[in-house]
This record gives sequence, C-alpha cells and structure tokens, in this order.
Amino acid sequence: MNAYILGAVFIVAAPLLGGLLSGLDRVFAARMQGRQGPPVVQPFYDLSKLFQKRANIVNRYQALLVFGHLVFAAFTAFMIFSGGDILLTLFCLTLSEVFLCMTASSANGPYSSMSSQRELMQIMCVEPMLLLMAIGYYLATGSFMISDFLKADTPAIVKMPGFFVGFLVILIVELRKSPFDISSSHHAHQEMVKGITTDISGNIMGMSELAEWYEVAIMFAFSGLFFIDRHPISILFVVLAALAVFFFENLVDNVFPRVKWEIMFRVCWGVSFVAGGANLFFLLMMQK
Amino acid sequence: MKMSKSPWLLHYDASSCNGCDIEVLASTTPVYDVERFGVINTGNPKHADILVVTGGVNYQNKPVLEQLYAQMPDPKVVVAAGICACDGGVFKDCYNILGGIDKVIPVDVYAPGCAVRPECLIDAVVKAIAILDEKRARMKAENKA
Repeated sequence: MNAYILGAVFIVAAPLLGGLLSGLDRVFAARMQGRQGPPVVQPFYDLSKLFQKRANIVNRYQALLVFGHLVFAAFTAFMIFSGGDILLTLFCLTLSEVFLCMTASSANGPYSSMSSQRELMQIMCVEPMLLLMAIGYYLATGSFMISDFLKADTPAIVKMPGFFVGFLVILIVELRKSPFDISSSHHAHQEMVKGITTDISGNIMGMSELAEWYEVAIMFAFSGLFFIDRHPISILFVVLAALAVFFFENLVDNVFPRVKWEIMFRVCWGVSFVAGGANLFFLLMMQK
Repeated sequence: MKMSKSPWLLHYDASSCNGCDIEVLASTTPVYDVERFGVINTGNPKHADILVVTGGVNYQNKPVLEQLYAQMPDPKVVVAAGICACDGGVFKDCYNILGGIDKVIPVDVYAPGCAVRPECLIDAVVKAIAILDEKRARMKAENKA
C-alpha cells in the first residue's frame, strides 16, 4: 500500500524534479559558456506560456497521441517508485516514446517524418543497453522487482560497473544531449528545425514538454538505482551520483559537436555490448 | 504567470545584407546574453512568440514571410529589426524591393539602425513582450465572451 502512495506522490513530484533539473541544466550550460543564463525556474515559465498559447492543430490524432506519450511517461514514473517490475517499466517507457514517434509521423511534414525515423533509430540504439541492464539487475539481485533492489546488502554498482558505463553513454541519447541530439534538441539552428516536436505547438507542446520532464526524472531515477541499497545512507550516494551524472552529461553536451546517426549507432551498440556484455559475462561466471 | 517571462524568438532574414543578422546573433552571445530573460532563438515558427525580421521584403520572399507569420500560433508579435525591415532603408527604391515588412505582415515594434544595435534590439524585444501580454489578455477576454 505504502509503495503505491509513494508512486502516486512521484507522479506529482517527477515533473517538478524534471523541470528543476532542466532549469539547472540551462543555467549550468550557460555558465560553462561564460553566460549568466536564465533563472532556474525558467522551464516552469516556459510551460505556463505554452499552455496559454493557442495550438495549431495539424490533424485530429496529434493531441491524443501526445496525451498517450504523457500518460505512459507518468505511468513509468509511478511504476519505478511503487517498486514495480523493471522490465515492465522499460517497456512502458518505450511505449511512451513510440507514441511521440507516432505523433511526428502523423503530422506528414518532412521534418517531423525524418525526425520520427531518427527517433526510432535512437530507441534502437538505447534499448539493448536498457534491457541488458534489467538482466544485470536480475543476476545481481535475483529479482526483476525494483522493491527487491532496495533490500540488497550492497549497491548494484559494485556488481554492475560495466552496465553503469553503458548506461552513461545511452543517457546522452535519452536526455537529447550533443553529440546525440539527432532527432530533437534545445539548440537553435539544428539540422531538422525542432526535430520531433516541429509540428507540435501551443498547449499540445506543453504536454510533450511535461512528458520530457518525466523522462528526465525517470532517467535520474534509473541512475539512482545503481547506488541504492537497504542502508539509509545510500540515499546520500544516490543524490551525489545523480549530481555527478548531471555534471558529466552537461560536460559532454558542451564539449562535443554533433554527430551523424551512424556514429551514434556504432558508439551506443559498441559500448553496450563491450561494457555491458563483459559485465554480464562476469556476473554469469560468478554465479557458477 | 505572464507569457512575457518566456519569449521564444523566430529570426527570419527577408533580404538583409546580414549586418542585422549578425547583431541578432550577437545578442545571444555572452556580452548581451538575451537568455537571461528566458529568450530562446527557436528555429521553428510553431514554437515562436516573437518574429524578428531583418531586411526589406522582396517579391521572392513575400510568400515565405506570410507563411511563417501564419504558422505562428496566437498570441504573437512582430519586430522589424533594422532600417531595411522598418521601411526598406537604402534599398527602398530598388525595383525588386516592396519596402518595409509592414507591407506584408502587421508589425508591432520597429527597431531602426544600420545595422540595428543589440541594445536597441533587446529594447525592442522588451517592448514586444509587453504587447504579447496585452494580446494574451485580449485573447482571454475574447474566449470568455
């Protein structure tokens, strides 16, 4: 029962956390570039503005599909914090992303269609590592349930350093950071206008922004799962790890130029199979 | 929360000599840093609140400008940046130039200069966001009526 209440609380808390992280992200990037940057709460101003704007509806499915994207992102957040099955969580997250792809495909605009295809490519780059990570958790803790990860004696990172390295690389794709901001990014003047959200506008864009905040919160929750165990002190490590991950992702965003999708594919699958695969091999060896 | 807290710009070069365009980009650099006010230079009319146009309009880009304006969701404002966008500037008498952009779309704020100074442009954007709030209030009143 308590788990469900925690999950429900996180449905409200996740967008707040995600929005705050996006704000910090912008300030941090600005400071790295020698600028002052916007206030930390700027993403909340943006969201409020988007909900006040009139939407240019391009077809009758768009609003429904973006709503699906938001609902499944929120449901994923609920499942993580209610201690659900990590496999189900990952499938739910993918479903949410597929909804966004369908939104872009339905718009029939060239930039949306191209971005939708690239988003599918990005999902393909990310999924193997996420699934390997779930298998890693099973081998390390003996369960797929997130609630069981919290009962472990040692944090998962001890047995899963390779998976964590792989996760850091795919996180760049998931958070839409350079060099993997292939289908959409917050940078102006990118190759495909605004990528996957090009044809989404006004309050519908507000919904998609909210879903993105959920995704940011979910990704940092995943990074936290590597560090949590049954000792309360591990919560401190989770927070420290999230800050370190945040710094690393921003550094990558600001240091590297953008790349083509072929390189993204090679890097993501390469690191997934080398780091994740080696770690998986050792976990299997340890079991025997 | 007021809309003016988050003005997203769309910058279009109608037929500018690029002098004003460089100044528009200069406003986003560390010296002026318009992102302090939440300004983002989006490349997408469907996300934009403020259309910043540089250069006078010619026959070639008249339909482009009309389409960009039509694609921006309400409420929206237009800033004419530089003297050419305001009234055609030194190109006013050219056979291919229609004149200022107000010959094609309604303009809310005029920012003169050759090229427009970043300070002047930031002032124009500040004026534009006040108009944006007014338009939003009007839209709200219309929706209620």
